[in-house]
Amino acid sequence: MFRWIVVRDLTLAWKSRVDVLSTLFFFLIVVSLFPLGIGPETNLLRLIAPGVVWVAALLASMLSLGRLFANDYQDGTLEQLLLTPQPLYLVVLGKVLALWLVSGVPLALMSPVLGIQFGLSGNTLFVLVVSLLLGTPVLALIGSIGAALTLGLRGGGLLLSILVLPLYIPVLIFGSGAVDASITGMGLQGSLSLLGAVLVLSLVFAPWATSAALRISLE
Amino acid sequence: MNWYKYASPTNFYPLAGKMIPWFAIPSAILFVLGLYVGFFVAPTDFQQGDAYRIIFIHVPSAWMGMFLYLLMAFYAAIGWAFNARLSSMMASAISITGAMFTALSLVTGSLWGKPTWGTYWVWDARLTSTLILLFLYIGFISLQASIDDRSRADRAGAVLAIVGVINVPIIYFSVQWWNTLHQGASIRLLGKPTIAPPMMAAMLIILAACWLYSIAVVLVRLRQIIVEREQTAAWAAEARA
Repeated sequence: MFRWIVVRDLTLAWKSRVDVLSTLFFFLIVVSLFPLGIGPETNLLRLIAPGVVWVAALLASMLSLGRLFANDYQDGTLEQLLLTPQPLYLVVLGKVLALWLVSGVPLALMSPVLGIQFGLSGNTLFVLVVSLLLGTPVLALIGSIGAALTLGLRGGGLLLSILVLPLYIPVLIFGSGAVDASITGMGLQGSLSLLGAVLVLSLVFAPWATSAALRISLE
Repeated sequence: MNWYKYASPTNFYPLAGKMIPWFAIPSAILFVLGLYVGFFVAPTDFQQGDAYRIIFIHVPSAWMGMFLYLLMAFYAAIGWAFNARLSSMMASAISITGAMFTALSLVTGSLWGKPTWGTYWVWDARLTSTLILLFLYIGFISLQASIDDRSRADRAGAVLAIVGVINVPIIYFSVQWWNTLHQGASIRLLGKPTIAPPMMAAMLIILAACWLYSIAVVLVRLRQIIVEREQTAAWAAEARA
């Protein structure tokens, strides 16, 4: 069941490649706007790079959440999935994993290019990718709760951002903190471990909350 | 006496109406008393002068903001778990008061910050986490406001409030960590370890006044919510008339 969900969602994502790509382009464009707004000073850019890339990643993954349940909700598939005897927990986990594979992973892999634009060096680029790989699944997991709660509501997208962005703050702090620490040469293990801890915590709790929210929204 | 009787909105409505003055009047008295002690009895601080007196409003409202969030989540969870409508209504009624106190503590905090720190806002750990708490309140309120189906709104709010409660310690801890990392202008809110007894007394009296005020206002709002939601019932139509 779990595998089936993942494969199915990946296939669906492949069929609507434009959506997936536009999330990535959004990420790219938002990050590129900052030097234009702030000025081309390399030192300043290097200083703000972790925060800028991470905030853009937050916004991009928030925008991709709309795809998580909305289509299945509209064509009635979601209702059928709720009726299956398999635990909803696994269904949610599978959908979130698929979403992460098409939004979080490419975003993390693309981030070094943006890091270079901001004058980050080799080791820091690596930390940036690692922190994004650890952090973006958390964003998808926490976001899935918000996506389930706002399913089918008017103004759902804006509402989703109000619900989800405050909950993203710890991920932002630990993620950009790790990159920051690698720039200044301080120990970055602490923030990466904390990011991992948040990931484990949200792996356990978030799908459960999302399942509850889906049942509420679909009643 | 059967307490479950009052779990029904129909029966609670008149009881709440009778209870309101019992909380509102002591609250007003304690506010006056607390402000008197705070402004006239408590000594002037030798470092901050009279500017510190804003803590008599600031500290109780910050506490209330935090307590009420927990209380709101508790009521929302009870309402969700036991399908108790009144508890869910209570959560909705508390959310506005909680947001109001959180906003008040931010405003008074920045007004206090200007004379003491020289700036209205610093990214101090406490200020930042209070700001995030306000965001969580806003999320709860706007989620409930945008769902038309009341029963769905109640339960969706409950999920969000519970997720928020789990997140509050993580957020607080992460902000603290972030603050020490950035070496911000972290000035202790209460510089001295001990504060004079009249100051403490004033603060506690106003805290009690804030509690009573919250209960009274929540009951008033609860009554409005009950009438609004039960408007099809005959008794509510009578109550409105």
